[in-house]
Amino acid sequence: MTERERAGARGTLPVRIWRGGADGAFQQFDVPRRASQTVLDVVVHVQRHVDPSLAYRYACRVGMCGSCAMTVNGKARWTCRTHVDAVVAGGMLEIAPLSHLPIVRDLVVDMAPFFDKWAAAKGQFTPTATRRDPFAKVAPASPARRAIDATIECIGCGVCYASCDVVGWKPDYLGPAALNRAWTLVNDVRDGAGVTRLRAIATDGGCQCCHTQQSCTRSCPKHLSPTASIAGLKRLVAHAAMKGTL
Amino acid sequence: MIDATLAVRDESLRAVRYAVWRFVLQRGSAAVLALCVVVHLATMIYAVRHALTAGAIVARMQASVAWPAFYTLFVVAVAIHAPLGLRTIVDEWLGLRGPVVDVLLACAALVLLGGGLYAVASLTA
Amino acid sequence: MQARALPIRRNDVRARGHAGYVAFVVHRVSGIVLALFLPAHFFVLSRALSAPAALDGFLEWTREPAVKFAETLLVLALAAHLAGGVRLLFVEFVGWRAEWQKTALAIAAGVAVACALLFGLSA
Repeated sequence: MTERERAGARGTLPVRIWRGGADGAFQQFDVPRRASQTVLDVVVHVQRHVDPSLAYRYACRVGMCGSCAMTVNGKARWTCRTHVDAVVAGGMLEIAPLSHLPIVRDLVVDMAPFFDKWAAAKGQFTPTATRRDPFAKVAPASPARRAIDATIECIGCGVCYASCDVVGWKPDYLGPAALNRAWTLVNDVRDGAGVTRLRAIATDGGCQCCHTQQSCTRSCPKHLSPTASIAGLKRLVAHAAMKGTL
Repeated sequence: MIDATLAVRDESLRAVRYAVWRFVLQRGSAAVLALCVVVHLATMIYAVRHALTAGAIVARMQASVAWPAFYTLFVVAVAIHAPLGLRTIVDEWLGLRGPVVDVLLACAALVLLGGGLYAVASLTA
Repeated sequence: MQARALPIRRNDVRARGHAGYVAFVVHRVSGIVLALFLPAHFFVLSRALSAPAALDGFLEWTREPAVKFAETLLVLALAAHLAGGVRLLFVEFVGWRAEWQKTALAIAAGVAVACALLFGLSA
């Protein structure tokens, strides 16, 4: 630490950080505590000044990319946007990798299953027009577009997926993020996937698995509500089934 | 590495329709039960506040065909709703799923149906 | 094909201490209680009421305070499962408004407790 860093320290903070793979354990470090310190600051300090072998992810460090998502004192959060003062419990900080995803090492998880499920839910746009067709006219105030606007800002950080207990109990469950993205596309008048997407999100691991626990909605750092999106999908699926169009 | 895409692709359209119909039946029976349970709670609270004896309750049940009809509907809805609910719990908390579980729960549905209809018949015969 | 279960970390109670989750637990536990109670309920009804002598014996038994209390808990379970279920049907088929959720939960809890009290205090 530099002289300036030492001068700004306000005592030490005991921090338990997960080390190793799924069969790893917590390792304790003592980190200088500073004003306005974020959890990401703590992790960076440990890796730079104490143990360079600590593995973790971050990129923007300003709450835009979602790369730094980890479990902090039991809850999934963006560590760059989590102030230590706001979450420290019993004078202690516990940092672990995101739940429900395979652990690569330390604080790094394998996001592949998360994005595989996104693809399985047909979370990608299916175009119907060509460059020679005029632009689609979508009224911004239409209910469908408002439904999309309310939940399109998802950046795929995985916090909702890690927060959902049904994901933990049912490995096949597509999860809140994939279903949320499917909802935005189902409401998109330009999209051509139609019943293919409805079938994709109505499987045994589909939208019916949601129990409205709302852990996803509570934990989403962008304040989206996958619970609302999934409720919308349930409505669509049930109506399609009863009309015989599924 | 998990391959969730394969897990979903292999699932046939029949499996999707089965999953969706379970959901529709669960919610449909829930809606019927919402009405039935409101009536049932009301009758229970009425009976307890007026200190009705069992004999008095039975007499009222036998006085109109509406009561056996109502409780028959109640029993049918419960026989659909409860096993479907248990199916989810057994899947999520015990990790048990598959055709054997479905057959066992169908048996449970029949037991509830049979037991419930027999109880209604005993009360209204 | 089932997706393989890989070793992962799971959440503990710290991630579960919010209203929506508590509502889920209440709904599930009350459902289990009711599902287990029903066969016994059908059996007792069919036996106690088709055999008059057994009926009187049964009535005496239900007057015991412990039994009355258990009945009140069952009524609470039924009312809670009903109220929570109606809330879910509303959310899923009528619509979701974020600002209604906490109110809906409060109403459901209130209705359930009111039913149980109406029953329990009159018994």
